[in-house]
Amino acid sequence: MTTPSVTQPAAVAVPHDPERDLLRVENLRVAFGEPGAEQEVVHGVSFSLAPGECLAIVGESGSGKSVSARTLVGLTGGRSRVQADRLELDGESLLEMSDRRWRSIRGRKVGFILQDALVSLDQLRPVGKEIDEALRLHDWGGRPARRRRVLELLELVGVPEPEVRAKQRPYELSGGLRQRALIASAIAMDPQLIIADEPTTALDMTVQAQVLEQLEAAKRRGKALILISHDLAVVSKLADTVAVMAGGQILEYAPAERLFARPEHAYTRALIEAIPSADSRGRRLSPAQRRAPLGAVERRPESDGPVLSASELVKRFRGPDGVDRTVVDDVSFSLGQGETLGIVGESGSGKTTTARLALALLDPDGGEVSLAGEAWSGLPERSRRQRRREISVIYQDPLSSFDPRWSVEQILLDALGEEYAGAAAKRARAVELLELVGLEQEHLKRRPLQLSGGQRQRVAIARALAPQPQVIVCDEPVSALDVSIQAQVLDLLADLQKELGVSYLFISHDLGVIHHISDRVLVMCDGKVVEQGSADDVLVRPRHPYTQKLVASLPALERPAPPTEPLREVAA
Amino acid sequence: MSSLASPPNPTALGRQPSQPLLWLRRLRPGVALAGALVAFLLLATLVPALLTGKDPYAVDLSATLQAPSLEHIMGTDQSGRDLYARVIYGARESLLIGLGATALSMALAIALGVAAGLGNRWVDGIVSRGLEVMFAFPVLLLALLFVAVFGPSAATEILAVGIGTAPGYARMVRGQVLAVRDSGYVEAARALGHPYGSIVRRHIFPNAMRPLVVMFTLGVGQSIVWASGIAFLGLGVPPPAPEWGALLNAGRPYVTQAWWLEVMPGLVIVLFSLSLTTLGRHIQQRLEGGISR
Repeated sequence: MTTPSVTQPAAVAVPHDPERDLLRVENLRVAFGEPGAEQEVVHGVSFSLAPGECLAIVGESGSGKSVSARTLVGLTGGRSRVQADRLELDGESLLEMSDRRWRSIRGRKVGFILQDALVSLDQLRPVGKEIDEALRLHDWGGRPARRRRVLELLELVGVPEPEVRAKQRPYELSGGLRQRALIASAIAMDPQLIIADEPTTALDMTVQAQVLEQLEAAKRRGKALILISHDLAVVSKLADTVAVMAGGQILEYAPAERLFARPEHAYTRALIEAIPSADSRGRRLSPAQRRAPLGAVERRPESDGPVLSASELVKRFRGPDGVDRTVVDDVSFSLGQGETLGIVGESGSGKTTTARLALALLDPDGGEVSLAGEAWSGLPERSRRQRRREISVIYQDPLSSFDPRWSVEQILLDALGEEYAGAAAKRARAVELLELVGLEQEHLKRRPLQLSGGQRQRVAIARALAPQPQVIVCDEPVSALDVSIQAQVLDLLADLQKELGVSYLFISHDLGVIHHISDRVLVMCDGKVVEQGSADDVLVRPRHPYTQKLVASLPALERPAPPTEPLREVAA
Repeated sequence: MSSLASPPNPTALGRQPSQPLLWLRRLRPGVALAGALVAFLLLATLVPALLTGKDPYAVDLSATLQAPSLEHIMGTDQSGRDLYARVIYGARESLLIGLGATALSMALAIALGVAAGLGNRWVDGIVSRGLEVMFAFPVLLLALLFVAVFGPSAATEILAVGIGTAPGYARMVRGQVLAVRDSGYVEAARALGHPYGSIVRRHIFPNAMRPLVVMFTLGVGQSIVWASGIAFLGLGVPPPAPEWGALLNAGRPYVTQAWWLEVMPGLVIVLFSLSLTTLGRHIQQRLEGGISR
């Protein structure tokens, strides 16, 4: 899905009482650059918001959603120009304000929650101090009163033992506690409007559920909430009104219920279609159709035995305190030809270590891996080198997996085997690989930095296919991509599996993605496999309490067309 | 409510200069000045006679310690020699010391840094501790040691400055090697089955060395300042050679009567190393910009 054609959004028909509106934005435009050579990135956006309501601004990278929201806190950056017919908060115009005025608005009237608490919080300052500062900046109360308020706030956002936590620094807290501390500092001055910019994007599922709960609580207390996200499922939990943005414009602006049930704009429909989940299995996620498979494709001959299997894998790492930690503990699995085995778990569950053991980039401390029926782990590297072509890998961040000095051509030629004699044959094969992943010859000369995120991941897939492997280990291959690009990449992986008969060991923290693509699923927690089986068995009828918790924390989206059978009773 | 009046113009982004020499105009003035000064001094090292008609060694006792004038734009020294001519003729020696010392220090740094970065725990430990000891050892003391052994000369200065500044670069190289060694593309190359030697040659070495290109330009300027300091203490090139640091040293006794003897060579040293630093930073930005764009 590309940026949709720029059309005038239908007349906004969100029923509301303008008298109640806390926030009124009309015809907002934001441009960047030197005067004279400005480039407008937000082209006339209008929305309004009443207390106790949540407006979600949904869109992909570059849609202008973050920039639009940042105009409300005056943080659009130095070389930006903000214009609007109306930009009012609580009856006060936010246009042409001095920095000094902005500082009195930020925190006091508008709370701003950023994506990553680890970056947004000062690493060397206890979180209690951070929240205290939010109060002190606005001369709120004396020291004892502020102290009480800090503890009260931490308690309010659901941080257990606030007295202890207030003294801890961000790196001593878990991701969820950290994000909640950030929320506490954003709401410290009890602002009427809270803006949350991708507040759960970097978080594990269970933590995401906790954070969304906190935002919902703020909404119940009568706060107006602007939630910026690329994840429609997250948004559907909280939003009363949804604005779908693309190319700097609002394409659809409607009450959440209506928008999810009957999306009017083709782009909104495509966005909803693109979300991978249980009921999207076997269906294409992106509207783009795959052209007929290439004639030159060589399908792997069928084989009966597993192409990759692991038995009782154990891996320990020595921590900084000198104590061994078992990162992978008694993990066994087997992967058949043309099959996808999904490994799902939260950060630190040992997923990636398992992947590296499968790739024999690490040697296990116990157990063994075999590839195509032969021993694979524990061999000397020399004897493994030739067989490395049987198993390749796709990483979450393709960019860092490419040598920054190399062009796409160099990357692909480097991955080709000895079987292509001569430069011309190699080059022809490189072009063939690019076409296989939906890129073109002209991309050969580019450097990865000159490609978009989706194109980079396609190059990474092409590289992984170059040695004609039996197995591709996919380590969070779509986690850094926008929903529509993710849909395209997942579709591509499914197509390639059909055409080439390649097997995937597919690692993700995203249950929806895992359920969409996997035949069988393995759930990991603290290095152990807590449950494995067919995707539906595990994810629809989870038996282990941990899996049940995971599945319950997945925000489910009310789909436009109800599935034929109730697939996820747990979602209630 | 929405305007389609000004859609972003994609061609405006990739503007290419169509006229020759346009890149010159787009150069920032500071960078252009720095480039001009460095070019001027490079010319001085190659054909000094082109830039001054005077002999740097010609003693004229009728014109000692004259203030800067049209005749002697930097004044004259205690023997009546033209200071400008001496600065111009001294450029070769100074630049040679700067380049030689930096080259020596980089070579040492690469050898030590790569060994520490790629070696096992023991190699790394020994090299790193060794570097720390060298850090604690003042460059000037090292220079004194070398002068005591080899006598004052340009080669001594190169050795002293080269060895003295090597630990800093070596640590940087080690850090770079470590960062690249653990990078995603090195793991990707391992997963493709490339032998370790070829990974080192094709990925680790070139990527770890990249920042050194810039460090070299910056280093030459710093080395010249270091060498001037050593020469100022009388440990460098012996008089009457017009090396810049030696000029500073020679002018020291007359500083109360003839300020130009200190200020003029000092100014040249400062401006030259500043220019090299400016150029180095510019190259750095261009390299990094070229990659990130």
